[in-house]
Amino acid sequence: MNIIHSSIIITKLFNSQVLFPSIIDEIPMGILVLNLNREIMLMNSAMEALTGFVQHEVFRVPCAYIVRCNICLEKCPFLSIKEGFSSICLEGDIINKERQKFPVRLTFAPIRNINGKGVGFIECIEDIRAFKALESNTVEPYSFGHIIGRSPQMERLFKILPSIAESDSSVLITGETGTGKDFIAETIHNLSQRAKEPFIKINCGALPETLLESELFGHNKGAFTGAFENKPGRFKLAHNGTIYLTEIGDLPINLQVKLLTFLDDKIIYPLGSTKGLPVNVRIIAATHRNLEQMVRDDKFREDLLFRLNVVRLHLFPLRNREGDTRLLMDHFFNSYTKQFKKTIKGFSDKASKILLNYEYPGNIRELKNIIEYAINICHDNHIEAEHLPAYLTENRIKIDEKKQTPLVIPSPTNNETLEWSSIEHKMIIDALLKARGRKNKAAEILGWGRSTLWRKIKYYGINS
Amino acid sequence: MRKILVTLYDNYVAPRFDLTTEVFIMSIRNDSYPEDEKTLVLPQASVEKLCHLIITEGIETVICGGIEEEYYKYLKWKKVNIIDSVIGTLDTVIKKFMEKSLKEGDILINS
Repeated sequence: MNIIHSSIIITKLFNSQVLFPSIIDEIPMGILVLNLNREIMLMNSAMEALTGFVQHEVFRVPCAYIVRCNICLEKCPFLSIKEGFSSICLEGDIINKERQKFPVRLTFAPIRNINGKGVGFIECIEDIRAFKALESNTVEPYSFGHIIGRSPQMERLFKILPSIAESDSSVLITGETGTGKDFIAETIHNLSQRAKEPFIKINCGALPETLLESELFGHNKGAFTGAFENKPGRFKLAHNGTIYLTEIGDLPINLQVKLLTFLDDKIIYPLGSTKGLPVNVRIIAATHRNLEQMVRDDKFREDLLFRLNVVRLHLFPLRNREGDTRLLMDHFFNSYTKQFKKTIKGFSDKASKILLNYEYPGNIRELKNIIEYAINICHDNHIEAEHLPAYLTENRIKIDEKKQTPLVIPSPTNNETLEWSSIEHKMIIDALLKARGRKNKAAEILGWGRSTLWRKIKYYGINS
Repeated sequence: MRKILVTLYDNYVAPRFDLTTEVFIMSIRNDSYPEDEKTLVLPQASVEKLCHLIITEGIETVICGGIEEEYYKYLKWKKVNIIDSVIGTLDTVIKKFMEKSLKEGDILINS
């Protein structure tokens, strides 16, 4: 009992009849066509090469016995099919007939008849041995994806990132502007099982409220004046992938409600449509704002914060990442000298001192721009102080200006406002008291390096 | 007395040796008469523990689905006979084995 290949014919697509197997045999990716019982009806040549089995011996054999993938045995996606199920992409490993075990990426999708009723499944398998080998070769010291750092804060982050990527939980990334929130979001996506699916970034602060709703959730034809055709929203485009909502703190309050509903049901309702659309996306949100404070000010919904705040990653500002300024300076120096084909040998002592002592309110982005500027300007062997942007040498004035317009943070104990410097001063005193004067221990409590603590103690004139 | 082990997944030969959580062990006397049969449920899928079980139980032949080259060679080195890439129900496979016609890569479904 075997299927006759010459009987699977496509009749109306071309001028003459075409054999369906001849089309799928040309695709360089393993393809299985299954019936509703997950038995193999058709298999292409690439799948024969991957598994070592041949088409005529596997007809109507359950796919798990031929593909021999860990996913098929542990959590077969076809077993948990729901109404509206669409494609799923997962990574796993298979053992072929030659007894080789290797990593694969599998895409599972339903096959429907013209009435939309499920009649079978299609399974595509891609050998990703080459990608995995490449990944392990591109590891650079003190880096993780595009993120560079060797400070204790960054090392902690590098340790937890893979496990965060593996999970499918929502992630909230906080940190000052220029600390690398976008890079972190992209790295999480690239390390996750959704890596091959879309990564869609939406800046919640960049679009007007009316447009944003249509951008996020899409609209149907005739939903509003000018809606001449159906438009899929970004959520639909990101199906099976990741949505990155940057500047989530700027999301208008009524859209916060819509996002909240989506996080609960995983169903989107395009503008002008009553029919929901199930969408499988992972949410990563980021903001430089203090969301807890915004909740207190009734500018951000508390329940949305709780839903987004499943995994919280806080990125420390560059000034608190001990040793990273030097590392990043050298990294940007090397990449820009190469890019601009310059033969500059390095930084002069004075320029290094200025760069290392600057506070970088714009964090890594600012440091990157400074180095790019200096390399453009410099025609000598070394980058001197005069090659740096003028405002760096006026750093002292900047700090004084900052003191006149302090960053105000409400104290949790009373409603008085305090300057950051006095909060930091108090933190140091508290840590020193807790550590009974031992600076090593106090630095550990504060999450700083010992030299950072020493520098701050000196700066605030704290006597031990 | 010869001992045969079949890796199980429901009532079928398990597709993967390394993910097996259940095994069927049968003792045979005089090449044909099954003397003792037992099914063991393993606490978790562990290829090392399964190999250890095969060695300590003194299994002569293992019937399984996909097995990695490393473990295949290890068991061969330990003088265990392996018939791998077998697809079929336990009964069909045992019947064919007793008839001395079971071989590597046999697919005994829909045949």
